Amino acid sequence: MTVVSMTVNGKPAQADVEDRTLLVNFIREELGLTGTHVGCDTSQCGACVIHVNGRAVKACAMLAGQAEGADIVTVEGLAKNGELHPVQKAFREHHGLQCGFCTPGMMMTAVDLIRRKPQLDEHTVREELEGNLCRCTGYHNIVKAILAASEDMR
Amino acid sequence: MYQFNYERPATLADAQALLAKADDPKLLAGGQTLIPTLKQRLAMPSDVIDIGALKELSFIRAEGDAIMIGAGTKHYDVAENADVKKHNPALAALAGMIGDPAVRHMGTLGGSIANNDPAADYPAACLALDAKIHTTKRLIEADEFFKGMFETALQPDEIIKEVTFPHPEKAAYEKFRNPASRYAMVGVFVSRGPWGVRVAVTGAGQNGVFRVKAMEEALAKNWSPDSVASIKVPSTDLLSDLHGSAEYRAHLITVMAKRAVAAS
Repeated sequence: MTVVSMTVNGKPAQADVEDRTLLVNFIREELGLTGTHVGCDTSQCGACVIHVNGRAVKACAMLAGQAEGADIVTVEGLAKNGELHPVQKAFREHHGLQCGFCTPGMMMTAVDLIRRKPQLDEHTVREELEGNLCRCTGYHNIVKAILAASEDMR
Repeated sequence: MYQFNYERPATLADAQALLAKADDPKLLAGGQTLIPTLKQRLAMPSDVIDIGALKELSFIRAEGDAIMIGAGTKHYDVAENADVKKHNPALAALAGMIGDPAVRHMGTLGGSIANNDPAADYPAACLALDAKIHTTKRLIEADEFFKGMFETALQPDEIIKEVTFPHPEKAAYEKFRNPASRYAMVGVFVSRGPWGVRVAVTGAGQNGVFRVKAMEEALAKNWSPDSVASIKVPSTDLLSDLHGSAEYRAHLITVMAKRAVAAS
């Protein structure tokens, strides 16, 4: 067992966990933040994407111990003071979700993408979503939502 | 995942000591291959030694006619680095093509070449750019480093510290991706520099990355896509699986080599 501590959505978080604990399980099971999803067992689907020290990573391809001391943002940390993040607003406005399972990962990837590349075009958005799968195949509106959000945030 | 002890040494020296002491240890760099492998219970190390956060392994320095990249440097940082883009744009482009954005934020140069997956991208760059691999024990030439599928010259208690990439005069990497997994079915890295001409192929070889001497000789005489257009790599030692036959991969090598020369 190892005690791991980190900051999650601005608040300190700490737990004594098995060494093999994945970061995604730490977040879901120890902290009860179930917005971060587990959609596959192979680290391919991207439903678990969160931000670790400002960068989008897959929480299922990382041990909790690797995040010791890190600053973490999950989908629950996007909205501020009851106000949805522009990416969340755009997903709602443009119907960027169907079943909603991939949505947290899609939005966390989108926020990271807009930060890295403020000037986006459709081709770039589609390329950048390589690591996020939507089994409803609702990519068209996801892309629309991300483009709209990037306009909004400019 | 099976149980293991997770260790997070503060220095490379501590990591080296833990590595020497543990029963059946595994080094963890970015974990983008190792963690999925552990999840599938395809590996059962006694200890996982995390060197991913070691600052001394994460750097990019341009010095003289080469760029030195720390083994723990993330793909994203290589892809976006101004010196790499300026002196070795083919290497920056290759780093930006690995996996997906989340993988590039975690995956490392050292982890990629130590694993030596037959479809990994970095081994092609190392081999084609005559890279020097510096470890905690010695310097290993890229030509001597890659020994076969998932096999390298590394000893069990040896850690990669940095890789030196001399600047090429011309270089390009072209990758034909598997349409589903997006891994390289065939990736060809071509280069010309102080080392002469090199053509390295990943994704296709049964024994991992390899050079194509016939193409190198032809390109040394005349650096043009036409020089490699009629050179066929024998399919004997190529991978054949549900994604493509050895003959198909042999065909792709010629096509990707042509495109790489044209793009250089």
